[in-house]
This record gives sequence, C-alpha cells and structure tokens, in this order.
Amino acid sequence: MRRREFLTISAASLGGLLVYSLDGKAFRLSAEDTPIRIPLKFFSESEAGIVAAATERIFPSDETGPGAREAGVVIYIDRQLAGPWGRDQYRYTQGPFLTGAPDLGYQGKESPAEIYHEGLKQLQNFDRLSAEEQDAKLKEIESTHFFDLLRRNTIEGMFCDPMHGGNVDLVGWQMIGFPGPQVSYRDAVGKYFGEAYRPKPVSLKDGQPMEEQK
Amino acid sequence: MKALPNVDVLIVGGGWTGLTIAKELGSRTPLSVLVLERGPVHDPDDYPKEMDELDYAIRKHSGTKVQDCSKETATLRRSPSEQALPLRELGLLIPGTGVGGAGEHWGATAYRIMPDCFQVLSKTVEKYGTKRLPEDHSLKDWGITYDEMEPYYTRAEKMLGVSGKAGNIRGTIIPGGNIHEGWRSTEYPTPPTVTPYFASLFRDAAASLGYHPFPAPTATLSQAYTNPDGVSRPGCTYCGFCNMYGCMISAKAQPTGVLMPVIKKQRNVTIRTGAWVRRIVRDNSAKEARVRGVTYVDDMGEEVFQPADLVILATWTLNNTRLLLLSGIGEAYNPTTGKGAIGRNLTVDFKTPAARVLMEKPLNRFIGSAPTGIYVTDMEAGIINNTDLPFLRGGILRALNSGYQPIGTFGPVPKSIKNNWGSEWKKAAVYWYDRIEDIRWDGEGLAYRGNYMDLDPTYKDVHGDPLIRLTMDWRDNERQMADFGTKKGVEAARVMGAKEIIPYRGLGHFDANPYVVTQLRGGTIMGASPDDSVVNSFQQHFQASNLFILGSSVIPHAPSARPTLTIISMSIRVSDAIINRYVKSPGPLA
Repeated sequence: MRRREFLTISAASLGGLLVYSLDGKAFRLSAEDTPIRIPLKFFSESEAGIVAAATERIFPSDETGPGAREAGVVIYIDRQLAGPWGRDQYRYTQGPFLTGAPDLGYQGKESPAEIYHEGLKQLQNFDRLSAEEQDAKLKEIESTHFFDLLRRNTIEGMFCDPMHGGNVDLVGWQMIGFPGPQVSYRDAVGKYFGEAYRPKPVSLKDGQPMEEQK
Repeated sequence: MKALPNVDVLIVGGGWTGLTIAKELGSRTPLSVLVLERGPVHDPDDYPKEMDELDYAIRKHSGTKVQDCSKETATLRRSPSEQALPLRELGLLIPGTGVGGAGEHWGATAYRIMPDCFQVLSKTVEKYGTKRLPEDHSLKDWGITYDEMEPYYTRAEKMLGVSGKAGNIRGTIIPGGNIHEGWRSTEYPTPPTVTPYFASLFRDAAASLGYHPFPAPTATLSQAYTNPDGVSRPGCTYCGFCNMYGCMISAKAQPTGVLMPVIKKQRNVTIRTGAWVRRIVRDNSAKEARVRGVTYVDDMGEEVFQPADLVILATWTLNNTRLLLLSGIGEAYNPTTGKGAIGRNLTVDFKTPAARVLMEKPLNRFIGSAPTGIYVTDMEAGIINNTDLPFLRGGILRALNSGYQPIGTFGPVPKSIKNNWGSEWKKAAVYWYDRIEDIRWDGEGLAYRGNYMDLDPTYKDVHGDPLIRLTMDWRDNERQMADFGTKKGVEAARVMGAKEIIPYRGLGHFDANPYVVTQLRGGTIMGASPDDSVVNSFQQHFQASNLFILGSSVIPHAPSARPTLTIISMSIRVSDAIINRYVKSPGPLA
C-alpha cells in the first residue's frame, strides 16, 4: 500500500470554498483555516503541486473569473486517475500495440495513470518556476499526448458536476452560465431571445431535480 | 454445454428493433418469445441521477449503457493497404447495451427517408444516366418502395409519438411542413416541439434565401400523448439532457418507456439479460438450410445452447454482420472478386458542422432537446438537381438546439485566437461559450465496392473471437457534397448576422476520433438475389428461411436521414409478415 499523501494548500487560495473528501462528502473551508491537508488518492504531494500549477496556467484565474485552482481541478484529476478511467478499465487494451495514423485514435499501451506519472517527470520543479517560465515549459510539451490529456482533464475539472471533485461551489458553471441538471425549461424555451437567461446553477447532489415531475 | 428448452421465437438483441418485434409477436400471437440481451436491465427511475455529463456523455458509462469496448470493439482501416487498428475508445461509434440498447441514449431524430432513396440506383440512373455513377459504386435498389413503407412509417410514428408538421398529406402540399417529403397518410401524432432562439434565426434566414424550412420531426413529445398501445408519456421539458442520456420522464421515445410497458404484460415474452450470443447454430440435418438456435455465454461464464424454431437477429449493424461471419451462415464478401454478400455495402451518412457561427447575443443553448430545431430539405436527394453539381444525391441543412453541456462544448474561439490554453484563450472561450452554434449538413453516403466489413485477422474480443474489421473511407462524392453543404451553411450564417463564421475544414479521410453516427449501415443487406444480398425484402436470410435480420445492417446505402425511425418501421413490417404469413406457412417469403 502506498504511503498516504496529502495536498497542503492554504485555504485562502481556494477562496474559502467547498472541497470533497475521499468518500465524496463536501466540507467547507473558511479563509481562517490556515494550511489544510487534502488526502490524495493518486498523486504524490509533489506531483499534485505540479498538476495544480500546470492546470492553473492552462485555465488561469483572471478578471473573467476563477481558474483551475479555485475549481479544485487537481483534486478532480487525482480522483479520476485513481478510478476506473485512470486504470483504463473500459478501454480496449489487447495487443499488439501498433502505431498508425493519428486519426485512428490513441493506440498506446499506457493508461492515463501511467501517462501522468511519466509526463510529470518532464515537469519537475514546475511549481517553483515563474508564470512566464511555466508557460514556456508547457509550450515545449504542447504537442504531447500527456499535455492533451492534461488540457482535457482541466476542462473536465472546471465544468464537471462537483460530485467528481472539480467545479467546486459550481464556480465553472457560474462563470459560463450553465445551470446544471434542472427540472424544466418549459417556461423559458421560446423566450429570452437574444438575452441571457441564467437560472441559479444546481448540482446533482443538490437533490433529485426531476422528482416533482413524476 | 448446457442446453435449454426450445422456444418458438428467439430474438438476439434487446434494442429498438428486437424489442419492437418482441412487442408485436408477444401481444399479437401466443408464440413463446425469448429475447437474449448481453447488457443489464435499465430502469428509467435511475435516469434523474444520471444527468451527469462526465460519467454519461464523456466517459460514456461503459459497460452499463454503451458497449464496453474493453471487451469488444471494431478495427478500422481506410484502405486494404493500411493496417487496421482497434477503436480503443468509443468515439466514432456509441453502440448501446442493455435492455433498450442505444435507443435509451439516442438523439430521437425521426425523419422519414426520401422516397427515391429506396430506389437509389434506378432513380439516379433515370435522371443522370450511368455515366455519372462513381466507378467503384455498389449502389442498388433496396427491394421495397416508399409506398410499401408508408403505412409502417405511420404506425411507427404513432407508436413513438413523433412530433412534427406534415408537408404532404396524400399529395396535398402544406406550407410550414416539409413540402419535399414523401406523401403521408396522416398528420403527425403531436405538433412540433418549440423552436428555440438560434434555430429560429436559422429558420428566418433560410426562408429569406428561398428555402422551405420546417420544424425537425422529433421522437420527443411536444405534449402529453397516449399511443395506440395505451402507453402515456408527458411532453418534453427541454432540460437538455437528451442525446447520450436516458430521458427521466420518457418524453423522448425510448424502448423502456414505449415498448417495455407493453412487453412486461405479455406472459409469453421473456427477456434474459447477461447473455452474450457467440454463434448462430446451423441445422445440418434439415433438407433445407435452417438454423436451430444460438449458443451464448451467460454472465456466470457458462456456455449455453438455446434452441428455437425461428431466430431473429437484432444486434446492430456491426454485430449482425459479425455473428453471421463467425457462424458461417452465408458467404463472406470478397471485394476483389465481388462474390459473397456478408459484409458488403458498409455505408454511413455524414454529419458536418458546415458553419460554426459566432453570434453577438447569448443563445441560452443549454435549453433544448436533441432533435429540436429547423431542417431545410431543398437540397435533399431527389429534390436538388445534380446536373451541374460535382456530386450525386444530396442532404439536409439544419440548426438544432440540442441542449449543450459544457465539458463537450467548451473551448471554441474566434480564429484570431491561436492558443487553445492560457489566459487569452480562456477569456475568449468564456465569452463565446454561449454565443457559438453550428449549422450542420447531413449528407447521403453512397455505397462503394471497397467499403466493407470482414473478420479482423489480428484483434480478438474477450472470448477470443475475431473483431469485426471496417474498411471504410470517403470518396469524392461525399467530399464534394460536404464542401457544397459548407457553402450553403456559410451563406445562411451570413444572413443570420453572424459576427464570425468558421467553415468546416472538409471531409478528408474517414476518421476514428469524432462521433459520426452509430448507425453504420450495410453488412447484411436486403435485395432481390442471394448473389449480392444476404436477406430478401422481408429481411429473411436467403440461406436460412427461419432466420430474420433487423436493423440498419439490411440497409444498402446511407440516406441523409438517421435510420432509426426507418428500421423500427421495417421491424413492424417484418412482424406483420411473420404473423400473417410465416407462422401459417414457414418458408421463404420472397
């Protein structure tokens, strides 16, 4: 069994928001809770620091809204890599592993978990670089399968249902105006032409939205 | 091997077509009917909990809703000189599994095929001569006509509760409906769904360009409806969790909501899940060629022989073809000699994002249902004049509001933004997220001698059986038509007042990455002769009269319309033929 690793972050960097524990329970951090330790399922502490920094450069926090750090993207990716997707449980993994045209899809033998472990070796000490140096480093690996995965996973972590560990407090959905799983837009469809209709977002854990429809 | 008691009718596959015939035979005859389905049972009461884009649309919840490709997939090559490689992840195709099959997560497009598609070869030659046909085409007439199909389309539309606006009722043209459609005996069961903002802009632009836009026919109900079987369902709430999801209120027609309520009442119908059929067993003792059942592996891993008087294969295009090849029932197609029929005419229609449109105002595009929106069929096959065009046949220009979720659709930006990560990209992608939508082109795919299926010599499934191998590429006819669709889409986008338009890059080569369509067609095609067809016009195997085949595998080419409504209608037709003729006098029906 692996040694239990923790991601140590200052609660202020999460803006005093929700995080999710290993068993999927949400707990709120307030800004006063100085350094907190979130248990990791897959990454080592140093790997988690690198992934947190890299995903923040891919999807930065800026004046248009929160980024990967506030959304908890690193926790999302950690949970995904520890789960069936990270282990390639549903991918066809019989050999031979031959190379072919890229448009025949990813043909490698390595699972997402293995691709991350390998890919992160190229980013040692990444979290200690300046923002400009970090961008230059990511530019170097931009065309790799690892980076493609990292970018895809960052978007997933920004906009997934919070039960997966990302999109903490629905920050991603609020930023783009996606309301999550809602009961009905029957009263809105055919209306609000040309104006933004923005119901308050809900997550699946907020309750079973369709119960009242039945 | 364990052998079970004989049944009258054995149906392999519990999706739209298999369950349609199970419902018809179960409720109209005393025959004992057994459906074998390798996936699990689906309970629509679970669907509200499944409104989760990550697990369902992105990870595709493998093994419970869609085929688990770690166990079985297909291989693909674009030409015989390329090494075929496995589709290691689902992307190009999203086949269903479990009771209801892909019918639980389908997009509910319910558009009838244009009449002349059924006679694609003779109608094309009649208009343009044989010289225009591509050199290596393998187009053929289907062996049934639209007029024969019309009553079955009507029955299927009533069963599903299709919402739409008729444009041609027995020859009377009705403005506002699809004036180019084949004649219909009656109006749609329910009126069209509500047209959302983006689609309404497209409708107005299309009308000003002289087209005849109309609301897309949807197997999602616009209002509460009770079908002829007495099954009641509510109207759509436009929640947007439609394509790739089961509908939690069954407003979308799905087998669990439309067929299972009837099937559950039939004591003569049994559905056995967890049954992975590996072979159809030939009856070598009979004078005429027949089959005598199937062998399957149950979910405990035990091999079972299930005998039956009549076997109906309803396992989707690729699996239907693969099971015949694995079982050696009929002759495999050889593209060099042109001999043999199993595997030939692998075809697919093509869907392109003809024009990606960036609009000034927000679109609220999370509101919608998969098929809700506007179609233009003025450029459909048989309507458009191909004389001066560099391609044959035609397609549909459309704008739908499918109800978008963010993971799959976040990211597109104006062309001036060169990065796809970092601050500049993020700002633009956030700003444009709800201002981007596609005008799409659905084009008809022709059939070619070189596009076919056979058994892969290298890759195997979890039981050690060879995977099906697809040899498939686009030809110039599809590429030219795609470019034409792009031109038309861009034209419409301009009239809509787009801030920016990103035209489709072109069709290039057949590609494993983007989703094309699950309903590949062909492999066990219907026709008049066993020389080039696997089944006759009643979808009965030429070499085994007690074996029928349902689904898109019998369709010899790929009209622009998604085939689901058509294959359900054809399954009702086969049910009638079995009940009215075959049961009374078993043997070849054509």
